[in-house]
Amino acid sequence: MIDALELLLNTSLWAAVLRIATPLIFGVLGALLCERSGVLNLGIEGIMTMGAMTGWLTVYMGADLWAGLLVAAISGGLMGLLHAMLTVPLGLSQHVSGLGITLFASALSYYLYRLIVVVGDLPPTIEPFGPLSIPILSELPVLGPILFSQTLPTYLALLSVAVMAYMLARTPLGLAIRMTGENPHAVEAQGLNPIRIRIGAVVAGSALMAVGGAFLTTAAFNSFFPEMVQGRGWICIALVVFASWRPGKALLGALLFAFFDAYQLRLQTVVEGVPYQLFLMAPYVLSIGALILVARRARVPDALMAPYRRGER
Amino acid sequence: MRLERRAQVPLRLVVVAPLAAVAVALLLAGGLIAAAGVSPLTAYVEMVVGALGSRLSITEMLTRATPLILTGLAAAVAFRARLWNIGAEGQFFVGALVTAWIGHSLSLPGPLGIPVLMVAGMASGALLLAGPAYLRLRFSVDEVVTTLLLNFIVILFVGMMIEGPLRDPLAFGWPSSVPVDGAFRLPDLVPRTRLHIGFLFALAAAAVVWVILARTVFGAETRAAGLNARAATFAGISLPRTLMGVAMLSGALAGLAGSVEVLGVTAGVTTTMSPGFGYAGIVVAMLAALHPAGVVAAALFVATVFVGADAMSRATGVPSFIADVIVALCLLTMLVALMFTTYRVRR
Repeated sequence: MIDALELLLNTSLWAAVLRIATPLIFGVLGALLCERSGVLNLGIEGIMTMGAMTGWLTVYMGADLWAGLLVAAISGGLMGLLHAMLTVPLGLSQHVSGLGITLFASALSYYLYRLIVVVGDLPPTIEPFGPLSIPILSELPVLGPILFSQTLPTYLALLSVAVMAYMLARTPLGLAIRMTGENPHAVEAQGLNPIRIRIGAVVAGSALMAVGGAFLTTAAFNSFFPEMVQGRGWICIALVVFASWRPGKALLGALLFAFFDAYQLRLQTVVEGVPYQLFLMAPYVLSIGALILVARRARVPDALMAPYRRGER
Repeated sequence: MRLERRAQVPLRLVVVAPLAAVAVALLLAGGLIAAAGVSPLTAYVEMVVGALGSRLSITEMLTRATPLILTGLAAAVAFRARLWNIGAEGQFFVGALVTAWIGHSLSLPGPLGIPVLMVAGMASGALLLAGPAYLRLRFSVDEVVTTLLLNFIVILFVGMMIEGPLRDPLAFGWPSSVPVDGAFRLPDLVPRTRLHIGFLFALAAAAVVWVILARTVFGAETRAAGLNARAATFAGISLPRTLMGVAMLSGALAGLAGSVEVLGVTAGVTTTMSPGFGYAGIVVAMLAALHPAGVVAAALFVATVFVGADAMSRATGVPSFIADVIVALCLLTMLVALMFTTYRVRR
């Protein structure tokens, strides 16, 4: 019991929380952007896998790490474009199309990886993003090692939260996106094209998801292997609901989830006689619990999942 | 470009659309096979021969199709009512776990015990989906996320059981549960192959589901609930009761898939016994346009791709992940094909 509490005082735990939260922050922001425009994107698990693979592969082929993130974003954007074409102009079921994208993007990632890379006993590796200590700030007691000794993509994730929050709340573009998710007919009455706005939001959101996936292979680990996204995409879908479609709360949700994940990992080492699977289950059980707590109060975008067709109400 | 709903769907389109969808998917996947430096035609021939070329390969394909028919039915039944059950994988595992658990300690003669075990598997699958269905109805929690998260929880639970109370001490450290009593193993359909009579059960299940959907009040209510929930409520259909019924049926079918797989193939439960039967069931259901008879055909097709791709991969060196690519592409092209059967494109 004392040991379990002592773990909470460990700065490496809190540094790990921020690290584990990074792919979730990108993923949940991406999913949030899609949903705010009225499109549910269940392709996220596959898009993150795609980003993880293409980002890693780009670096493996000799490009630098930032080029890896860029290529990941482009590959994710393309998958998003496919989802958007199926669900926005064609108005197909967003649920089924999203699942199709997940199956397709993961299968294609594994296939291309096996095709291009010769895998021996161990998967080939790259030199990943290293932790970057910000001068002076990183020497602060406690906060220094937690907040200011992370890798660059983690800072990028935190910056994205602020940019997304500002963009959605304060800019004409953000207003147009939010309105498209609430009432696309009103958007059209304003002389804007809701179909273009939705396609744009899904492409940009999917690019963000893919960067979250690329974080796994270019910063958290240094190789790509099948099943490495491990349901993080689905967790992001749950986190969007938990966050009531708000970027700030999305950050909070991602941190909370990452905390449980990091804490259970360390608890396993001090609590004996409990099957480790129970610890691994905890984050999923908590996600469901959080959904139940929040679902009733959640303000779902009105036009979420409703296909928009001109002249049809 | 404008889409206009067709007043009547021509029968010609209903037949041609799925075939065209599969053809386009195979064409696109052919490009990826060519990228591996192998002629797509050679690869597809190897695939068909690998799945249908011998008595043994045909029985393997049918063995693989058995759980796919059941999980495909589970998805079709739920999707018809717009209950997005993405948890067939978890329901499959819970059915398998309960079957292996009871099947190890139960002492009954086989012909009595087998139905008991299958009902237990069905009940556990139904119960697992009842939770998310209740949450959707009572608290409007999206069932997509809850059923999906439950998949992870169930598989971890299976892992916990087979490393703990259900561990098979004779498995030499291989993580598997204790096997079910030999009396409960499903008899072979074809001697000296893995094909068991569970395949016939799956066909029977498809027939039963078809009758339920097409010939009963419950089936009509399901359709109404799926087409327009508000209109259905207005017509006096109890949406909660209908959706709960759908959830029970869907979960039971996926649970039965797990049960039959244990009794017919694996004897015990392992965390790796499903190569994604639950997820593939969704593709099967969509390829079948959610029709029970179509589910059987689609499951045979998907099983052919999976079994054939392994053989093709060994013969040509194309990575066997191509099977998943083909199946996923089929799902996407089928979605588009279905749209063209219900809508007409106008300029």
